[in-house]
Amino acid sequence: MPGITDVPAAGEPGLSTTAERKIVTATKGEAPGKDWVIVARGLTREYDMGGEIVRALRGVDIAIRRNEYVAIMGPSGSGKSTLMNLIGCLDTPTAGEYWLNGMLVSDMNDDELARIRNREIGFVFQTFNLLPRASALHNVELPLVYGGVPAAERRKRAEEALASVGLSDRKLHRPNELSGGQRQRVAIARALVNRPSILLADEPTGNLDSTTSAEIMNVFEQLAESGQTVIMVTHEADIAAHAKRVVVLRDGMVESDDRREKFAARTGV
Amino acid sequence: MRLLDAIRLAFQTLRVQKLKSFFTLAGVTIGVMFLIAVVSIVEGMGSYMENDFVAKLIGTNTFQLRRFPSISDASESEWREWMRRPRITFDDAKEVAAALPPAALWSVESSDNIAIESRYARPRELEASAVDGDYFRIRNMEVAQGRLISPQELALGSRVVVIGQEIATRFFPRLNPIGRTLKVGGTGYEVIGVAAKQGSIFGISLDRFVIASANSPLQRLVNPHGLIDGMKVKLPTTEAMFDARETVRQVMRTRHRLRASQPDNFVMETSESALEFWKKIEGNLVIAGVILPAIALIVGALVIMNIMLVAVSERTREIGIRKAIGAKYRDILAQFLVEATTLSIIGAAIGVALGIILSQTIAALSPLPASVAPWSIVTGILVGAGVGVVAGVYPASRAARLDPIVALRAE
Repeated sequence: MPGITDVPAAGEPGLSTTAERKIVTATKGEAPGKDWVIVARGLTREYDMGGEIVRALRGVDIAIRRNEYVAIMGPSGSGKSTLMNLIGCLDTPTAGEYWLNGMLVSDMNDDELARIRNREIGFVFQTFNLLPRASALHNVELPLVYGGVPAAERRKRAEEALASVGLSDRKLHRPNELSGGQRQRVAIARALVNRPSILLADEPTGNLDSTTSAEIMNVFEQLAESGQTVIMVTHEADIAAHAKRVVVLRDGMVESDDRREKFAARTGV
Repeated sequence: MRLLDAIRLAFQTLRVQKLKSFFTLAGVTIGVMFLIAVVSIVEGMGSYMENDFVAKLIGTNTFQLRRFPSISDASESEWREWMRRPRITFDDAKEVAAALPPAALWSVESSDNIAIESRYARPRELEASAVDGDYFRIRNMEVAQGRLISPQELALGSRVVVIGQEIATRFFPRLNPIGRTLKVGGTGYEVIGVAAKQGSIFGISLDRFVIASANSPLQRLVNPHGLIDGMKVKLPTTEAMFDARETVRQVMRTRHRLRASQPDNFVMETSESALEFWKKIEGNLVIAGVILPAIALIVGALVIMNIMLVAVSERTREIGIRKAIGAKYRDILAQFLVEATTLSIIGAAIGVALGIILSQTIAALSPLPASVAPWSIVTGILVGAGVGVVAGVYPASRAARLDPIVALRAE
């Protein structure tokens, strides 16, 4: 099993102790227990760039428990976007296996992946990615539309989700009538409306000023405290330091996998 | 519910991009408009032919004995065969009349364009007919002024005429024509009646006729001695008409000395047989009337396809977002298909409305009648929907196949 030695960097005990190591080194194809929301074994993703094979991920092993708050960090080209696409079921690995919530996602076809994204994953993007011509409420309703939820219940749940991010009074506004922070909160409401297994945020503060960033990070912290599994991809160490656990990628492999305190102490954030 | 969402989205697109939508719809609108207009006019002409024209030309329960069909699209060889046929004579008519049952009405008629003049107007070549038998009763002709030619006058060949409204106003402007003289082919005739107004067919006036006895001097001008254009026989019922037609057929076959193997060398037209010809033209008109709109609809489909391809590339990111939050292949496919179909159905609906207006306008401004057939409206809408589906499939499947990662990265 390549890469297993990468999980805790040499000599570092890290968070990835016996339990994590055991689950990722278990026999291939063995379903992880209920505690584990994400288990990736030897995740590899190669791209064919006009005959030249680019190896974006070279055997990544990660195990994440339910209710964890994890940041995935790394410089550009480290493979963190590729990993996020795989975790978010937008893409499938070239090799290795990916278990999400007890389901082997790595073998699924496009429509099955779409269903998994709808039920299990709530995306929050750097550029918000709201539908520009739809109201905040309709944007939040959208995952429920694709989930086949009846209209009345859809509306009720969307309104609740908007209320939970403090935007009840903005539900009929369009994205261009909202501030950056409000747009990101609409996006968070949309991500949460289907009660997903993981909230997957990609540079969620990348387009926000520092005050608004702090506000959004606060929202994530509260969500994590309330028991929501949060995975955040970022290249900023100070943002990553908000998470309880920080996984650092380099050259398509896991460089370190630490508790926040240890990460902060080492990087000096 | 998702269908409603997709339709709402299509209307939203339409509202936001009015000009673009207008061009998108134009092709389908024009195609459906002409489809409706052409079909309405052909239908209108059809019902006119069936209800008015043929009835006026031949009449109900009536058949017409002639050398060859009065309306046809004969080929040259058919035409040559017709020209070799013997003509119908007064003697034929006499023998036929003698063989008919007592309830039958019959008439003979010969017509040609003859120089007509009066003291009040310059001469002009117009249709004059020399008639005999129950001509006025078969035509159901009534007079507006004066009286019809009596059987005695017909038999004696009295120099009297019944004229149409247009002849009356043309040759006797602001005058009472009764009792005045009309010169037909150089011979003076006393006008004894003016027929009630007949109207027009396809812009051709039916009030431009002069009728005199077949025993009057007019007969020599319209046909060589002893010959007639044709004979009409009318019976009280359709069944009796068909029986009488068989009788007349046998009389004529004997007179023409036809062997059993030889076909008839004369025709006996009923309104139905005259209509067959119309049915043939109608079929051709409908085909022509469908090909032209079809071209417009193909153009319309191409425009919609193009606009939808543009919409797909403009909304790549939206598609990416939708896929990221769980839209499946068929969700995206349905969204764009419904959008294209909604657009083209709107176009078709506008086309139906404009087509109805167009056909009514044509009917009002020209002699062409128009009647909007309900099936053409349904067809128009269905064709519109079909165009939308056909034009939408390719762009929609392109949208649905997009890789969400690539789509999310689009500007």
